[in-house]
Amino acid sequence: MLDAALCIVRRDLLLALRRRSDVATALLFFVIVASLFPLGIGAEPNLLRAIAPGVIWVAALLSSMLSLSRLFAADYADGTLEQMLLGAAPVGVVAAAKALAHWLVSGLPLALIAPVLALQYDLPAALYPVLALSLLLGTPVLSMIGAIGAALTLGVRGGGILLSLLILPLYVPVLILGAGSVDMASAGMGGEGQLLLLAALLVGACTLAPWAIAAALRISIE
Amino acid sequence: MLEAAGLECVRQQRTLFSALSFSLSAGERLRIAGANGSGKTSLLRILCGLLAPSAGEVRWRGERIDFLREDYSRQIVYLGHAPAVKDDLTAAENLEIACRLAGCLFPGSILQKALAQLGVPPDVPVRKLSQGQRRRAALARLAVSGSVPLWLLDEPYAALDVHATALVDALIAEHAARGGAIVFTTHQETGAAPARVLELDA
Repeated sequence: MLDAALCIVRRDLLLALRRRSDVATALLFFVIVASLFPLGIGAEPNLLRAIAPGVIWVAALLSSMLSLSRLFAADYADGTLEQMLLGAAPVGVVAAAKALAHWLVSGLPLALIAPVLALQYDLPAALYPVLALSLLLGTPVLSMIGAIGAALTLGVRGGGILLSLLILPLYVPVLILGAGSVDMASAGMGGEGQLLLLAALLVGACTLAPWAIAAALRISIE
Repeated sequence: MLEAAGLECVRQQRTLFSALSFSLSAGERLRIAGANGSGKTSLLRILCGLLAPSAGEVRWRGERIDFLREDYSRQIVYLGHAPAVKDDLTAAENLEIACRLAGCLFPGSILQKALAQLGVPPDVPVRKLSQGQRRRAALARLAVSGSVPLWLLDEPYAALDVHATALVDALIAEHAARGGAIVFTTHQETGAAPARVLELDA
């Protein structure tokens, strides 16, 4: 069972490596969107510092959603998704592995690069760890919830837009907690509360989302 | 081994077939015949558990397949319409992943032999292969799946040349001789495979 999960993660990473442009696009999108705000607003350090957590989080959220529509669609088109569903591992395990691979490719890089972007906003260096940690805890939740939407909209015409409409409202709690943790930390109140809530969301998503994704995949593949 | 009882399939408000019952025993070959759109693929998808029938049930050794799930999946090889190979991976990588997902681990040499048997270059990305070679890369799975009792093959002969058709015939005959059961769909009469025929057009 674990072997099948590892196999899927390895396969998706290998595929990402062979199609580096797809990964680079999402990452560049994040960098560019987050860089547009300082350029548009101009050099107003106080304002920039105040909006930094929210803007970086929104950019991360959009960028993570960018690659979601491809999460299952390519496997669905070439028939490999059917083979995964007919594999020796429970479909929930397959779903969790796919979501994990998505996070490794499109969530983890965001968390790592975010402190660099925070430089543009003149965010105090003490807040970098909080920002990175909030993204580390939050982006896997985005991948898990997003995968449910991707599975539900599989094979639907115009699925990309539908996916955004379906998923973005569900991202709101993650966004509030994620950006809130940095805000709190910058106000000197410590962001631990929000980070702990994010961690709780992550645990909840990891336990429940795979089964929801599995159920959605079963419906879509019919 | 496999038993279908009173299967009915309704797609887009159209009844494709109803009250379809048959059983399949070890060593048997069943060819599903019928015109385009008569529900051959749907029947195969019902038999492998991807599609739920509108009525009726499929039983594997007396137990319903929707209760068995993965335990049943391990007993079957299903090759669908699409070749189920990733364009960016090589044939060898594709085969290894397909086997691992099915829960079988093979050393590389066995996989290489299977690909050689089907005449597929193992280390070229599948994207660079022709349509027929892609099919062959997918069919290489059969060459290593001798121990899996039930094969469900959707149009295994599509896009294959005479040589490859003979190879598939041989693989099927070999599997039946081993005591495995095969269900397959095809339009054309097959040469070497004497099979029971199930006509879907009523």
